[in-house]
Amino acid sequence: MSDNNNKKTEAAPAKAKGKLAVYWAASCGGCEIAILGIDDKILNVAEAFDIVLWPCATDGKVRDVEKMADGEIDVCLFNGGIRTSEQEYMAQLLRKKSKVLVAFGSCAHEGCIPGLGNLNDRRQIFDTVYKEGSATFPENPEDVRPQAETEVPEGTLHLPMFYNTLKTLDQTVKVDYYLPGCPPEADKIWAAIVAILEGKLPAPGSVIGSNTTVCDECKRTRTEKKIKKFYRTWQIKPDPEQCLLEQGLPCWGIATRAGCGALCPQVNSPCIGCHGANDGVEDYGARLMSALASVIDSDDPEEIQQIIADGFPDTVGTFYRFSLAKSLLRRKNQAAPAEMAENASVK
Amino acid sequence: MSESTFEPKIVGFLCNWCSYRAADLAGSARIKYAPNVRIIRVMCSGRVDPSFVLKALSMGADGVMIAGCHPGECHYVDQNYKTMRRYHMLKATLEAMGIEPDRVQLVWASAAEGELLASSINKLVEDVRKLGPLNWPGNWEEDGERLKALEDIAKEHEEAMEVQP
Repeated sequence: MSDNNNKKTEAAPAKAKGKLAVYWAASCGGCEIAILGIDDKILNVAEAFDIVLWPCATDGKVRDVEKMADGEIDVCLFNGGIRTSEQEYMAQLLRKKSKVLVAFGSCAHEGCIPGLGNLNDRRQIFDTVYKEGSATFPENPEDVRPQAETEVPEGTLHLPMFYNTLKTLDQTVKVDYYLPGCPPEADKIWAAIVAILEGKLPAPGSVIGSNTTVCDECKRTRTEKKIKKFYRTWQIKPDPEQCLLEQGLPCWGIATRAGCGALCPQVNSPCIGCHGANDGVEDYGARLMSALASVIDSDDPEEIQQIIADGFPDTVGTFYRFSLAKSLLRRKNQAAPAEMAENASVK
Repeated sequence: MSESTFEPKIVGFLCNWCSYRAADLAGSARIKYAPNVRIIRVMCSGRVDPSFVLKALSMGADGVMIAGCHPGECHYVDQNYKTMRRYHMLKATLEAMGIEPDRVQLVWASAAEGELLASSINKLVEDVRKLGPLNWPGNWEEDGERLKALEDIAKEHEEAMEVQP
């Protein structure tokens, strides 16, 4: 890879060191920490790569990236979804300048928690933050809102435009690889970096990781799944040996890509599905609903509806916690009737 | 689109053993039903993954019908009970996504019930006609300001981030 770099760009350093960029869009920052989770191996990364941009950890300038030749960056690890025009601009810029663009972590891959904002639109989100008294703006009597353009005596000031809908990275630009997880586990990050350095990457467009479910990695005892009642995690103290789903805890290992080593079920906590779906699944939530519904232990329509209503007060947040932006529907109906909008905004 | 010219697009998933035969029967008995439904034959209503319904809606269908054998009469013993559970699970999710419940309907129609299937199709079409177009594709398009906002960023970087000699 670094050899290519030398041939293609005259400005590359003589030592054939690769160039690495890490960027943070709409996400919590956990992915940045996760990269540092590879511990002292980060020094090997610094040995192999010049870090040209990593706003969280190093001093790189966007303007310098803008001046680079196309494809000059060898690898870009991009975490976060696309919520603002600035993030979209950076995604386009880094796509153009990078040979390999990796959607790093659940937000870039599937939208993750920021993607649940797709249950609302810009106006509703701004109302919550600027009108209804959030921690950021406890008081805002004049109802001041961010504007994309503001005129001041010195000229026009710009803020990035805040989009109605959060998009995943691959809904915005072409993505070469996906590294799933919220955040990706340190050993998987290191394995991906090694694969990149050795040029042993899978076919472009693939998700770097296993292609089986978390249940396959889970050591709990499984018998037969027949569920009369679903419980929230705080309602029961689960048996440490038996399958959590069989005990009525919504555990998403049944539909979730393996790779984490069943970390959560191991500590008596249900899988919440952060690795997303396996290859070939178009809609994670649909797969989950399908599998889950089939183990409900009732043939009576009314009882079934009651079990679902009691067990899942927030259906979208439960089935699409990490993947709403990536799902087939992507977001809530913007033209939804008012009374439905009220009901569905209950989290 | 005005209400008078709106013709709902309906996708119907009909099971091979009962409901599809009911549609056949409706045809041979010359029972008329609304032409809005595009019928897809599946081996069992239990084969209808919720993603089929989501895909239909996301690609422009205004409504979806799932039809199968009556409970207890499934050719595959009890698979239509799974259909029933999946249907209710899906409906709860669709409602939270702002999709009216009447747009997706589950119908049990045996091979002898051509009349029932035809009237169920007509009912679904009329229900959806009242609700109007769903128009899902494009639900996530941003408004026209987006492109200008993107151009502004590039321009500003050129002006403000350039170090003058």
